[in-house]
Amino acid sequence: MEIPYAVYPRPDTGIYNAKVGIWLFLASEVMLFGALFSAYVLIRVGAPPGEWPHGWQDVTLGTLNTVVLALSAITTLMAWVACKIRRFGQFRFFHACTLLLAATFMVIHLTEYHDDLTHYEIHLTNGRIADGHMLENNARENYVVIDGRYVNNEQDLIDLRGQKIHDTQIKIPRSEIKDMQNYGPWHNDYMALDFTMTGLHMLHVFAGSIVIGYLWLRGRKMWETDPEHFTNRVEVSGLFWHFVDLVWIFLFPVLYLM
Amino acid sequence: MSELETAKQHDAPPAGKSPSHGHAVNFKSYLRRCLYIFVAVLCAISLMVFISYLPQSHYGWTAKVALILCVACVNAFLVAGFLMHLLSEKKLIYTLIGFTAFFFAGLMGLTVYAMQDMPHGTIYH
Repeated sequence: MEIPYAVYPRPDTGIYNAKVGIWLFLASEVMLFGALFSAYVLIRVGAPPGEWPHGWQDVTLGTLNTVVLALSAITTLMAWVACKIRRFGQFRFFHACTLLLAATFMVIHLTEYHDDLTHYEIHLTNGRIADGHMLENNARENYVVIDGRYVNNEQDLIDLRGQKIHDTQIKIPRSEIKDMQNYGPWHNDYMALDFTMTGLHMLHVFAGSIVIGYLWLRGRKMWETDPEHFTNRVEVSGLFWHFVDLVWIFLFPVLYLM
Repeated sequence: MSELETAKQHDAPPAGKSPSHGHAVNFKSYLRRCLYIFVAVLCAISLMVFISYLPQSHYGWTAKVALILCVACVNAFLVAGFLMHLLSEKKLIYTLIGFTAFFFAGLMGLTVYAMQDMPHGTIYH
């Protein structure tokens, strides 16, 4: 059985069914991310004054990722335009660019996750805190080595904006460690929100890349049999990709700049 | 994405060939327009970062957050309006977005309401 109005518009709505479908899906996605943003607002506003972290993320990497995603939105649109004017070669070129940019986005983001997960806050028995990136943490050795600095209390680690941090290699005997924890989602509310929101967004980038990659790799056959249907698929995947960009436009300032 | 109208079913061109009619599309002009939007998006991103680095002593935190969110909204408008072609969509899509906006506003409104609805005996720091 053929799905009706998959290619040409329904007379009553003026649009083809897949487009209605993707917009309904995007509406549900707005509510999904909306729930996380509302959780952010609740936790952020409820945080005691001076206890919400600032400057914990690398703004340069965040800005770079924003530019990469914005550029990929343009290449996605151009891929669709290329289909509209029946230039399959150009479509392949622009979508190859989109895939490369998506991969770049994910690599940069995974680098940030790696940076967070290797960054430790070590509470010492003398009351001080050692903060930095773990270099050596061998269970058989009775010490750990970090590339970081000492601070006197947790308050010194909350607002890192404008601070010039000079890291040095520090060797800490295990006997002096009271407890230590990396900057994973379990570290505090901010890191939990950061990992949840950016993680969900990354999943969307990954899923979008799979769809775009499929159209890029296996699209020729459909293009040769029904170019209009193929063009619609490119449009629908493009709308999803723009939505992913749209979410990042708000995630970036919320998690990196505020 | 309805600004570029392709030919109808009966006059759709064969694959790999340029259509003879029905495509009043200038690829280069469209590319140029996309580049303008990209440059505008870049400016918005730069502006957001610039505002975030303004000194806290001169500009309050609330003003900075409000400004950054305003620029983010402009940025979102550029993406949704031009790249997703929302400025020239069909009525059904607008209706759908209207419902989404209503429920999203409700979600955020409930969050704000919940912040004022603390249980008796809550200790504020």
